[in-house]
Amino acid sequence: MSAPTVAASTSGPSFAAGNGRRKAKDNTATALVYSAFIVALIPLIWLLWTVVNRGYHGLFTSSWWTTDQRGITFRRDGGGMLHALVGTLEQVALCTVISVPIAVLVAVYLVEYASSRLSRVATFMVDILTGIPSIVAAMFVYAALITTGIVDKRAGWLVSLALVLLMIPVIVRTTEEMLKLVPNELREASYALGVPKWKTIIKIVLPTAFTGIITGIILGIARVAGETAPLIVLVGYTKETNYNLFEAFQGSLPGMILDQATNLGNKRYHFAADRLWGAALTLILLVMILNLIARLVARRSKISN
Amino acid sequence: MDNEVTRPGLRKVGGRAGNPYNPLIDPNTGVPVPDEPADALEQELAAIGAPRPVDTRVIGSTDPREMETGTAGEPPISGGGIHTTGSGGSGPGAGKRTPVRWGDRIFGWLTAGTGLLVIALVGLVAVFLVVRAIPGLADDKVNFLTSREWTVELDNLSFGIVDMLWTTVIVAVIAMVIAVPIAIGIALFITQYAPKRFAKPVAYIIDVLAAIPSIIYGIWGIYVLAPKLRPVREFLTNLDFIPLFKDEGIEDGTVFNAGVVLAIMILPIVTAISRDVFERTPRQNIEAAWALGATRWEMIRLSVLPYGRPGVVSGAMLGLGRALGETIAVMLILSKVGAGNAFSWSIFSGGETFASKIALNAPEFNDPKTTAPYIAAGLVLFVLTFAVNAAARWVVNRRKEFS
Repeated sequence: MSAPTVAASTSGPSFAAGNGRRKAKDNTATALVYSAFIVALIPLIWLLWTVVNRGYHGLFTSSWWTTDQRGITFRRDGGGMLHALVGTLEQVALCTVISVPIAVLVAVYLVEYASSRLSRVATFMVDILTGIPSIVAAMFVYAALITTGIVDKRAGWLVSLALVLLMIPVIVRTTEEMLKLVPNELREASYALGVPKWKTIIKIVLPTAFTGIITGIILGIARVAGETAPLIVLVGYTKETNYNLFEAFQGSLPGMILDQATNLGNKRYHFAADRLWGAALTLILLVMILNLIARLVARRSKISN
Repeated sequence: MDNEVTRPGLRKVGGRAGNPYNPLIDPNTGVPVPDEPADALEQELAAIGAPRPVDTRVIGSTDPREMETGTAGEPPISGGGIHTTGSGGSGPGAGKRTPVRWGDRIFGWLTAGTGLLVIALVGLVAVFLVVRAIPGLADDKVNFLTSREWTVELDNLSFGIVDMLWTTVIVAVIAMVIAVPIAIGIALFITQYAPKRFAKPVAYIIDVLAAIPSIIYGIWGIYVLAPKLRPVREFLTNLDFIPLFKDEGIEDGTVFNAGVVLAIMILPIVTAISRDVFERTPRQNIEAAWALGATRWEMIRLSVLPYGRPGVVSGAMLGLGRALGETIAVMLILSKVGAGNAFSWSIFSGGETFASKIALNAPEFNDPKTTAPYIAAGLVLFVLTFAVNAAARWVVNRRKEFS
């Protein structure tokens, strides 16, 4: 085991310094590495257990899925989260409709037309968008549309616009990865037949990467569904179901959690707490199911690394 | 000869377009790809020496098949067209090929346009934040960068960012100090210690942490975790001769608690990026360390860590960017401190970050003038995160050029 001659000529750790100490160091490192993993598991399990344990009983009532919070105060039990689900789903849907075409085209540009200076700048900007805080995106929409007077009232669609900034980089990144995996032979075969580049991309490249793009879209949806900051800045919360994205305040799952949290201080009534954890569990379920679907779709993909 | 060469290729492409889920090269079985046709096509392309973009035109004008087979009488353009339609018309390049150049141009412009759009979007964020913040900054009665005051009224705008800057930075730093070593540990666990079949599930589990919305971290952090962290505060405030550990009488909504929750939230991204670089450690470096008789830890110190350092640094910086901009979890956890209070260095004080201050006051935004200070705060946050993210990318990209 010991290699004194080698150790003598290296400036690194001295292997000759005694096997006992080396062994002890190695064991300590192993213990630390394993405990790092355990330490990370604790909050995850703790958090999930808390949310499930405190939130599940609300979810088993039919009113949870079919009614809203109209007229429900912190002294009363019951009510549902329909208004919140409607708001969240509508805002995310509009955001998806705007983001997907832009993001897919950007990814096509970065992979198929790359190598210009413009594409390098675009890659960098996508990276920057990935790291942009959601509150900054929200303030941007607020500054650009509301303070300028272009839009006079806060409404759900403004939230969708802010979420677009957060969703685009997620979809671009995943789509980019998938497009890079499409074998070049496919493109070359297509060109060889005289097929123009744009048709090759639309009919050959994109269909081949289809599942990967879907994965990216679902991950993007999961990323924005739980975003709260844009909601606070760009739309008010209401307890009533509002199907109209473009008019008046709208409920949302994060908004409902915040609303219930304001009544949490009252120890005599536990109804607000029940609804808070119920809404939290609903939100986690929504996001986790989306993530799971994304994983399953990704697994079905025929091209892989 | 002409037919023999082209037909398999056509069938192939037609099949693809018909069923996009059945790619030619199945990576799992490694079979069905009709290798010969692909090779033949490749050779043809190589022969004309122009395999890419412009080549649709090139092929149109000097059909390689013509050159090989010498059937010069046939007009090259319609030749391609006839063959395609002949094989069932499902080929992507079927039929009318007149607008080839225009189609390519328009599509090229379209994609480049969206690329520009993304660039413009980031630019617009900066422009609008600056433009809408200026009126407020012009009316600011105190120095924006050095004042601790925050009075926002229509006839009295006195606001400065010092308090927020300190809280934002200290919360993020606490998160980093906790998260980065643990993330490195997990990344090493996944890449170097865990048995192969555990590595993937473990990576998935860590990714689940990234999927949980931040508002859930917030309510869990303040209602569940914070009460359990009180002993830590009680212990550390015994050392209150250090300004960082001074007791400010805040029970749960401390900077420290916010930092702990943020640490959990940024753990996945730091882990993911570190894992990525550790995995790519050159095999030779690892084997060389083993050959010298190194223990596992010595191998890691000699080959994995030096190789992965830039990746870890950039992962940590991306995590820092997240921590600086995190809004709702911090808003829920941190207790506000009264405006008149003396400045505190303590991590057991409360406070507000840029993001939490904006979010907390957002429902009251109604006049452009009183909103401007918050837009200015948003601008500072944007500049901070931009700088941190850009630096992180720079570190990682510099590395790419080496490897």
